[in-house]
Amino acid sequence: MADRELRAVYAQKLVALAARDPRVCVLEADLAKATGTGPFAAAYPERFFNVGVAEANLVGVASGLSATGRKPFAATFGCFASRRAFDQFFLSANYAGLEVVLVGTDPGVTAAYNGGTHMPLEDLALMRTVPGLAIVEPADPTSLEAAITLALERKGCTYLRLQRKSAPELYQANEHFEFGKAKLLRRGKDVTLVALGALMVAEARKAAETLAAEGIEATLVDAFTLAPLDGKLLLELAGETRRMVSCENHRVTGGLGSALAELLAEAGVPARLARIGVAADLFGEVGTQDWLAEHFGLTAPHIAAAARDLVK
Amino acid sequence: MTAKVPETPASAAEISALAARAKSVRRACLQSIATLGIGHVGGSMSVVEILVALYFRHLRLDPADSKAADRDWFVLSKGHAGPALYATLAEKGYLPKELLSTLNKGGTSLPSHADRKLTPGVDMSTGSLGQGFSAATGIALGLRLDGPRSDGSTKRCWVIIGDGESDEGQVWEAASFAAHYGLDNLIAFTDANKFQIDGSTEAVMNLRDLCAKWEAFGWKALRVDGHDFAALDRAILAAKTEKGRPVMIILDTIKAKGVPALEGRAESHNAPFTAVEMAAVDAASGEALHG
Ligand SMILES: Cc1ncc(C[n+]2csc(CCOP(=O)(O)OP(=O)(O)O)c2C)c(N)n1
Ligand SMILES: [Mg+2]
Repeated sequence: MADRELRAVYAQKLVALAARDPRVCVLEADLAKATGTGPFAAAYPERFFNVGVAEANLVGVASGLSATGRKPFAATFGCFASRRAFDQFFLSANYAGLEVVLVGTDPGVTAAYNGGTHMPLEDLALMRTVPGLAIVEPADPTSLEAAITLALERKGCTYLRLQRKSAPELYQANEHFEFGKAKLLRRGKDVTLVALGALMVAEARKAAETLAAEGIEATLVDAFTLAPLDGKLLLELAGETRRMVSCENHRVTGGLGSALAELLAEAGVPARLARIGVAADLFGEVGTQDWLAEHFGLTAPHIAAAARDLVK
Repeated sequence: MTAKVPETPASAAEISALAARAKSVRRACLQSIATLGIGHVGGSMSVVEILVALYFRHLRLDPADSKAADRDWFVLSKGHAGPALYATLAEKGYLPKELLSTLNKGGTSLPSHADRKLTPGVDMSTGSLGQGFSAATGIALGLRLDGPRSDGSTKRCWVIIGDGESDEGQVWEAASFAAHYGLDNLIAFTDANKFQIDGSTEAVMNLRDLCAKWEAFGWKALRVDGHDFAALDRAILAAKTEKGRPVMIILDTIKAKGVPALEGRAESHNAPFTAVEMAAVDAASGEALHG
């Protein structure tokens, strides 16, 4: 199947869900053109609200709508969804026990030409501290569709980390997804690669192929949700392969790598961990996505090298 | 089902009944703070009259069903005045009055700041200033999406912010939003008690002409004496007739109103308040201290 643009999938899925669920509302903060929710605005103008460049109010209005029984999907760049509106999302939405879906677009290096100011490399770390919040970063169009449906049905808030660009299909249309259930994409005895999101699952996949050609058999996991984390499966795989590499389009502090370190340490599983992600002491920068991914060491060769180091 | 509310000005007898309620709510609130020994006396006392005017005259409510689908919603955006809201809810029958003595004690359902998950009758969790007002605009939007009640009346959201709270950028983000979407089912109040934590609002952050600001943001703005029930009643009835834009009623109030030792003082914000201070209040208002 041809690649599908993820932001188009986001808008189409919401249009489809809105037809059968009157609770669905879409909120934007002057980035509707970027998120690509024009089709929703055209189909359901009475359920589409642009709040202007006002992210705190974006989350406040979404919380109020949720209080009256709506299911708001509120989007902005991930940097602003997390860093700028964190207190609003934490208190008005999560602490208040409401059901807001906050969508942070352009994760990590996919912010590309918008550069360091716009590069969310800490959104997962911030969101992971919110009690009860589901954090999902889909790896392909099909899992994005599933994530949107699951977020809609969920009692509680969701942070959806949305890469806008096209991604190839990894899953069959009828694949079953659940928050808290990771996907096993490949099985090997030597090392487990745990990746999150379209960019990193694709890179980890290439790395697994490189490694296989060298005789190193890698297990590959699409984590799907960072919270809840599929601790059961991940501990099982860590026990089997005794080596794990986390692969995230995020700083190594506080995100997937940190979550795995906590998991392994607390369970006492004797496994080594290497973390692929932007180094702890770096801010984002400007460039093409490919240049940035290479620059920050997120690409397949870096993942393969980390795995090799653990195996030898 | 909620009860209908009057659409005509309150009579003299009704005004004195409201004043009696206010006396009772004020005392119950202070008593609950005195049980603890410290609390947000100033900002609780300045909103007693508006809370009584709303809960005993203007909100469509059903105290037996705090989540009634046809109710009006109320958001106390200056969430630290929770004690005044709880005393009002208890007076109205949402909560047993005995519960008030649990204010702020471990495990209580009456925390310092208003909490929708803990307290029946509380529609939004607040405490981080600016957020409740923003959520109130979302609630008003949601109520408009619901459409009117079966009797054709409008479902409204009512919200109170502080004057110090008006320093928050989020208040003005939401102000633009409510006007842009013409939320005429949103009626807001600013408790202009002239003080915030670090001093007078004039000294800490001069708000200048609040009425002019709200008008400039596309709201209808009124200014009334926030302790005068007849004035409050007239302003609220006028606000309900406004079409196409939200209404902000600036309440001229006195911080710590009714507590002579603290009235109009910045120190009243989060003040020690014990049985001794309670006795002084009772003596000043010519009432015996019960227990
Ligand atoms: C976002 C935020 N910042 C700071 C505080 C701490 N705080 C609580 S009350 C207050 C002053 C509020 O002044 P005002 O709105 O005038 O309250 P009132 O005079 O009615 O008590 C402050 C700064 C807070 N609750 N929320
Ligand atoms: Mg004040």
